This record gives sequence, structure tokens and C-alpha cells, in this order.
Amino acid sequence: MSVITYRDALNQALREEMHRDDRVFIMGEEVAVYQGAYKVSKGLLQEFGEMRVVDTPITELGFAGVGVGAAMVGLRPIIEFMTWNFALLAIDQVVNSAAKMLYMSGGQYNMPMVFRGPNGAALQLSAQHSQAWESWLAHIPGLKVVAPGTPYDAKGLLKSAIRDDNPVIVLEGEMLYNTKGEVPENEEVIVPLGKAELKREGEHASIITHGKMVLAALQAADQLGKQGINVDVVDLRTIRPMDVDAITTSVRKTNRAVVLEEGWEICGVGAQVVDYIQRDCFDDLDAPVVRVHQADVPMPYAKNLERAAKPDAAKAIAAVKKVMYLE
Amino acid sequence: MATKVVMEALSPTMEEGRLVKWLKNEGDQIKNGETLAEVETDKAIMELVARGEGVLRKRLLNENDAAPVGQLIAVIAPPDENIDALVSSAGSAAAAPAAPAAPAAPAAASAGATQEKVASGAPPAPPPARPAAPPAPSAAPSGNGGGRMRSSPLARRMASENGLDLQGVQGSGPGGRIIKRDIEAAVASGSAKQQPTAGRFVPAGEDYRDAPLTQIRKTIARRLSESIGPIPTFYLTAEFDMERVAEMRAAMAAMGDEFKVSFNDIVLKAVATALAQHPEVNAHWLGDKIRYFNRVHLGMAVAIEDGLITPVIFDADQKRMSEISRESRELAKRARERKLKPEEYTGSTFSVSNLGMFGIDQFTAIINPPEVGILAVGALEEKPVVVDGALAHRKRMRVTMSCDHRVVDGALGARFLQTLRRLIENPLMLVY
Repeated sequence: MSVITYRDALNQALREEMHRDDRVFIMGEEVAVYQGAYKVSKGLLQEFGEMRVVDTPITELGFAGVGVGAAMVGLRPIIEFMTWNFALLAIDQVVNSAAKMLYMSGGQYNMPMVFRGPNGAALQLSAQHSQAWESWLAHIPGLKVVAPGTPYDAKGLLKSAIRDDNPVIVLEGEMLYNTKGEVPENEEVIVPLGKAELKREGEHASIITHGKMVLAALQAADQLGKQGINVDVVDLRTIRPMDVDAITTSVRKTNRAVVLEEGWEICGVGAQVVDYIQRDCFDDLDAPVVRVHQADVPMPYAKNLERAAKPDAAKAIAAVKKVMYLE
Repeated sequence: MATKVVMEALSPTMEEGRLVKWLKNEGDQIKNGETLAEVETDKAIMELVARGEGVLRKRLLNENDAAPVGQLIAVIAPPDENIDALVSSAGSAAAAPAAPAAPAAPAAASAGATQEKVASGAPPAPPPARPAAPPAPSAAPSGNGGGRMRSSPLARRMASENGLDLQGVQGSGPGGRIIKRDIEAAVASGSAKQQPTAGRFVPAGEDYRDAPLTQIRKTIARRLSESIGPIPTFYLTAEFDMERVAEMRAAMAAMGDEFKVSFNDIVLKAVATALAQHPEVNAHWLGDKIRYFNRVHLGMAVAIEDGLITPVIFDADQKRMSEISRESRELAKRARERKLKPEEYTGSTFSVSNLGMFGIDQFTAIINPPEVGILAVGALEEKPVVVDGALAHRKRMRVTMSCDHRVVDGALGARFLQTLRRLIENPLMLVY
């Protein structure tokens, strides 16, 4: 077992899958010569050559569309967006081409491709570059959406995404790339799509979360543990299809739920989680479910305001205490 | 328009009835609801009432003859209406009772459907509604705005699983909301659960709770049934000291005739009180689940001329000794006269059978399904017993409880008898 960064875990996944299947290639802005805007594709150009590691102009709609066409003719493209904020320019290819192709061709065209890149806020990137898009993307039938929060899950989910015959959205995090975690060296790491993981076990409340917020949830769990409050941390890992069983199993045990996400409140991923809970766990609830999310404003640039707007461990702790009637 | 009078199902299990006596003659003017005849069912003699108005034009069944349920036995109609067709169809029906003629209601249908003209028939009434509770207590948690009690869904589920009445629980959540910890505290202290026995106040709520069968209960039920027939019964016998009951009864009788109660009345009262404290025994086995009753309806076996019937003292745990005494006397009398109504001998949740007056020391009674227990009460006897190391003579009485092992395990039945012993050997507890 070795401890590596989230960045290196993604890099290993790309390398291993490109070795495994020569139809796999990566394309995006700065992925080749510059070795990736966040160095996720480091060394790949040297190893696999420019046919399989392709730099593009700053044309998100264009290269996303090239990816769709490549997938239609049997390749397995990985499209890197420098950030998901830039992917808005390509959203027609993602939503109207990639997500619909299998359906509208009557099953003639699979769409074995991956769209990946950092999602959500980093630090002081301001309103246009600090957005979490998972609820937009998970809204679309035809897409699968994963949001790994640890190096292990990043490697395992990216490999599953590359092997899947449907378009899979991989939501990474600029603030996650340098985080470290254990990833086994000499065995294949595969995390199946659609499977949540109980990252921490407790009996008093459930924190249900995904992506970057897994780290905040684990911090909250540590601090709560010192006060004698033990929480389940349910990491969804895949947002669509969502692992409803994992959610309801935990809530039936703890009777109290906090749903933590990076994005905004209205129509957020948490709203869907709460719906599953009220539907399946109504008689198990001892308190209304509390959601923790970004403030309902464009992300402020000012450091203090940005901190106030973002969800974090302290806000998750307050929410846990609220569902436990401790404040 | 003519009203057909048919033999009605006057007890839940009645298939045919014998006409004991006509109370109206042909040509009599009949009002809706008037009694037409007395009919003997399989259990009692019941009144058959008119479901329409007019003249009793034709009686089609002789006294002492029997007719299957659904058969036309009389016609009520205006004086000038031609009823020949009706009457002749009845004739053919009587000849072939298996195929009731006319568009009459199907046999064995509930009585409500048997007289077409009437909108509101009278099927056997359900057990009487519980006595009206006094208006809501003023002790409602003050924080509960608008008088509505707030509770989390989980708290409600836990309360129902524990047979707890939420009214007795103080909520500690926002706005007085009752939450998990409040139920846990109430269960731990046992305070709220005892509330229903504390007097005549009957809280609103379910009369019973159904418990799904757990795997262990399913296995116990299956294995024990294989061993001993459809109801795997076992028996628990205990001998109670009756000195204090005898003293109490004598003291009460000395106060005047209106305070006289029988030993059996005291036993009934004690059993009802013990059942309220052991709802696990106050239950029905329903095959796929166990129904635990929150009300105690005590059946008392009464020997009658050609058999046995078990009239019911409803809400027996809520009744004073004097009420139980009066009611049991009245029910026994009417049972012997075969005047019990069906709703008076159905719906019991536990039964008592007493053969003490026949000098039987002890016996085992047969469970009346779907009940899960019956208590057999033997004779009160003066016996030599050892008290505090010395031989003494004391009044003693033996009881034997038959338990349906699918629901009642040995220790549970034993605990019930423990409670019963405590009550009977310390009868002042019955007025506590």
C-alpha cells in the first residue's frame, strides 16, 4: 500500500487504461505538451505519443464534439475540461449528443466516453470559476456522474468510467489534486459505478455527501467523535445512478440525516437525497433532514465572504447537532 | 311495494334458524323496526325485526320449523298489493331450499342485505364502542401550539411498537415535539405505559397493535404445532392463598347486600387488572401476525343447559368490582336464558373458566381461539399449609392457565401468574 496524491491516482488510472485498451485516448486543452493544466496527464504524451494524447485549441464545444464522433466510430475518448466551468461551452455536446446518442440511434451507437475535469470552488477564483455542476449533469438521463473524494476512489472510479460503454462525467477538484491517500500498488483498483461507501461508522446521525465535501464530512466526524457523537459518513461516490440503499440503510440506523454538498441549495443533489429519505425512511426520522450547501449567491471573491459562503466541517457539525436536538 | 321478510343471519356463524314464536299475526299493521318473531340461532334466541312498513300479509314458516338463512319467511305489503307471485315463489324455494328463489339476497349474506327495501340493515353490531373519554386533559404540554401534539415519525413508530400512549409523554424537542429520547425515557421509566390502568380515563388511540411475526416466533409456532396439534398448549398451575380475599369479601358483605361480591367476581377483576399489566398475554393469534389488544375484554365461560357460552365483559380492566359483579351476574343469567346478543359473546381477548362451584380442585381449560390463553379456576378449599415454619390451615385456590405457546412462552405465562398472585393475595391492590 502506498500513499499517493489524488492527482497521481488519476494519472495512474489513465496510464493503466491506455495500456489496457489502445482505443482509449485523451484530448483537451494543455493535456499533452504542458502535461495537463493540473498535471493529471503528466508523462502520457511521452509514453503514448501525440496520436493518443491530443492538445486542442480553446474550443470546448468543438473538441467535445470530436470526442462524441470518435466514440461513435469505436474509440474510447477521455475529454478533459480544464475546469467544468469551461464545459458550459460544450454542454450541447454533452447533453444533446453524448447523453442522447444511444437512445436516438435506437441502440446503434454506444457512447463509451469520459468527460472529466475539476469541479466546484478552489480558492478566490470568483463567481464564474467556482461552481459545482453536479446537479445540472446528474439531471440528464443518459449520463452517469461520479464525484470521487479520495485518491482511491478517484483511481477506481476513473477506471470504471473509462471501461463503461456510456458517457460518464468525472467531477474532480482543484483542491483535491494534492490530497493524499492510500492506494494499493500491485493490485487493480476498480470502484464500481453506482456504489456508495460508508466512510465512517456511527450511530447518532448520518452525513450523506460526495466529492470534495467527503473531506469536510470526515473532519466533522472526527471533531464530533471527540464530543461523544458518532456519525455515519455516507460517501455517495456516484451521483447518478445513486445508491439509495446505502442512504436508507444508514438513515434507518441513525434516524437523523444531514446532507452535505458543495453546490447551491435549490434543486441541488441534496434535494434528491432528501426525497429518497422522506420516501423510504419517513417512519424512521426523528428530526427533519438538514441540508448544508453553498450560500445562495454567486461565489464572492473576497476571502472572508468566500469562506462564509462555502459549506465546511463547522457547518456540518452545527447541522448534526441540530438534527440531534443538541442546540 | 312489498317487503320480503327472510331468515336473517342473527349470529356470526348461523346457517339456519328455528322460528320459536311469531309475535305478529297475519293482517297486523307493521312498523319498520318492530319485532316480528323470536328466532333461535345456533347460540341464542334472537328477535327478528321488520325492515319495512305495511301489513303482515303472509307468514310462510310455522312456529318450531327451521329455515336456512336467506329463505323468505313472510311478506309485508300494502293491503291491496298482489303478492301471489312472491308467495308462490317462496313455496318453490321452500321445496328446494338450496336454490333460493326470487331476487333475494344470497344465503349467509349479512342481514343488512336481506331485506331489499331498507337502506340501513342491521348486521350483528360490533362490540360496543369504548366508553366516551372525557374531553382532552388540560395537562397537554404547554408548548404545543394549537393543541396539536407534535412528534417525530420515529417517535410515533416507537410508541406504537412499545404500546405507549403519546399523550402521556412530555416532548423535549422544539415546540414540545416528542422525539426518540422522550420515548426511550418513557419506556425506561414505564410511566406512560401504566397510565391506561389508572382509572376510568381511556385515552384515544388504537384498540390494539399488530405485531408482525419474527423469525423466532414463526419457528416456535411451527415446531410446537407439529408437536401438539394446531394450538400448542402448555399449562401452568399455581395455588393462591385466599385468606385475604375471604376477609375482604366478608368485610364487604358485612356492610350490606349491595357490597356483596363473589369470589369469582374478585378473580375476574384480578385477571382483568393483571391482563392490563401484561398485554403480551392479552392477544389473538392471527396466523400471520399477533394482535396485541390495548383493551381488556374478558370472556367468562358459562355453563348452559346444552352446552357452554362465553359472554364478554368489555373493558373489564376499566370497571369497578361492583360493575363486574353486576355485569357477570346479568350475563350469566341471560346466557342461561339464551338471550345473549351476538355482540355480547364475541370479541373477548382472554377468558376465564371457573368450575370451583362443582368442587373441582383444578383442571385445564381449552383455549378459545384466536385467544392465546384461558385461566381455569378451581375450588376454594381450606387446607393445611406451612406458614412461617408452622402448620396452619388456610383457604387456598388453584388456577391453571392454558397458554398458546406460539404467543405465550413459559416465562411470560409465569410472570402473568405472578402478577395475578400478587393481586389476589393482596386484594387491596385491586383498588389501588
